Amino acid sequence: MTDPLLKLSDLNKSFGALKATDNVSLTLMPGEIHALIGPNGAGKSTLIKQVAGGLRSDSGTVEFAGRDVTPLGTVARARAGLGRTFQISSLAMEYTVLQNTVLGALGHDGAVMRFFRPVMKDRALVDRGMAALERVGLADQAAKRTADLSHGQRRLLEVAVALTLEPKVFLMDEPMAGLGASGSKRLTGFLDDLRAQAPILLVEHDMDAVFALADRISVLVYGQVIATGTADEIKRDAAVREAYLGAEDAA
Amino acid sequence: MTRETFLNVILFAILPVTALAAFALDEPFIITLATKAAILALAGVGLNIALGLGGLVSFGHAAFFGLGGYAMGILASHAQSYTPLMETPFLIEGTKSMLVIWGVAIIAAALAALAIGALSLRTTGVYFIMITLAFGQMLYYFAISWPAYGGEDGLSIYIRNDFPGLNTLDPIQFFAIAFGVLAIVLFGAGRLAKAPFGLALSAARQNAERVETVGLTPFRIRLVAFVISGAVTGLAGALFADLNRFVSPTMFSWHTSGEIMIFVILGGVGRLFGPVAGAALFILLEHTLGGISEFWQVYLGLLLLGVVLFARGGLIGTIAGREVAHD
Repeated sequence: MTDPLLKLSDLNKSFGALKATDNVSLTLMPGEIHALIGPNGAGKSTLIKQVAGGLRSDSGTVEFAGRDVTPLGTVARARAGLGRTFQISSLAMEYTVLQNTVLGALGHDGAVMRFFRPVMKDRALVDRGMAALERVGLADQAAKRTADLSHGQRRLLEVAVALTLEPKVFLMDEPMAGLGASGSKRLTGFLDDLRAQAPILLVEHDMDAVFALADRISVLVYGQVIATGTADEIKRDAAVREAYLGAEDAA
Repeated sequence: MTRETFLNVILFAILPVTALAAFALDEPFIITLATKAAILALAGVGLNIALGLGGLVSFGHAAFFGLGGYAMGILASHAQSYTPLMETPFLIEGTKSMLVIWGVAIIAAALAALAIGALSLRTTGVYFIMITLAFGQMLYYFAISWPAYGGEDGLSIYIRNDFPGLNTLDPIQFFAIAFGVLAIVLFGAGRLAKAPFGLALSAARQNAERVETVGLTPFRIRLVAFVISGAVTGLAGALFADLNRFVSPTMFSWHTSGEIMIFVILGGVGRLFGPVAGAALFILLEHTLGGISEFWQVYLGLLLLGVVLFARGGLIGTIAGREVAHD
């Protein structure tokens, strides 16, 4: 069996008396989409932050590509190959759509201390920025100010910026949120192909997308993983129905 | 040509046209005013790199302005009294060479910016403003209490420093030097804003989390910007001291920091030519209103209030509209 690309072991995080992450262990294998679901307040976003490096864990380790990245911060983990998208779009709003993806390509190269040649005339960076926009279907919006994008388009731009990082693992926090039915369906198809490029740890509320995409699903309730398994296993799991899907929804 | 480019061309031309007209009409005082505007604009261009591009509201840029001024004052005063700065372990003598003085001013200001920035950039918002202010005031009181270089009275230099091939005491020639430096720095600052560094710096102002997520460190980018910003303002300080042939602790005071900030805000925060517009307007007001009333700064205050409340983009933003992000 191959080694997991991402391995969380016994992660904990408390905010005062609230245990937001309670001994969470899970893995992400090459080529898979591992969905993380759970009711509101279950600690999904906290866990994503612990993985991305924005939040220090109280205990436990995060191993990434065979390396312990627990002591590293956001920047070092991004450089190591973690490509994150945010639940609430986190973009440079004054910039054009293209400038945001060019920033991503620039971050991937890390060669930021260049002071003279215009960045938007750097063919290599701009081409990669454009390519990422084309993949998510935003190429025709390239020259638009990011602040003028619709909510759904911003979600796609988040994904496009993550693509420019050419990450080894994608961490996606509710990429479908606010996309609408057709947009959500398109993105589902896109993520389906994307897993071949790099595995995805996917936090998502859209159950249709989760059940269509996920190789494995982990259910998080009150900071604890109460079940991990395939879509069918999760649908059949009694504890999951009880806690999350709703006991009466047993059809 | 966009409206802003057109406006920039006019702003760029205003100072030399004024100076040349004054030269033709034999009004050396007006030339000196234009020179002063060019030098203050340069200080503002420096601050604008930190404030406009980086969103770093430094209330301590007088520190760099003053260091540049004292670099000039100390080197030139030793040269005019024929006493070396130090003899052991090796000899350092004063100099009247403007180019050497500029080099020293830039390096001194850059090193100070590195130290001040490394400490203060760990904070944000009001704390950053207060810490930079505190550093500026520290240098101010240090300059006052250091009798070797004039203390509170400052230092007078009898003859302006030398520039190869030019008579620096001739107002129009000194204007040409100051404006030449401003033009070169404006060109460099314009390139910087559009370069990869500028993209990342401005992105860090808009959304630091985004910059971290693409694997870049906002702190490092901001620190480099702060050093460049301080170095430019330091260069302006050396020129300003040379213009007046005088340097005093006032250059370090928080009033100076405030004035440099006013140039940037009046002209347009983050606009390349904002400080040029702001400094020119400031000098114009000081000269015209100052002749009418001692309390001309009341009107300046009202104008600033108007800009902050109703015209956030400053003079350039009001005339040229929102910045075009794409090019």
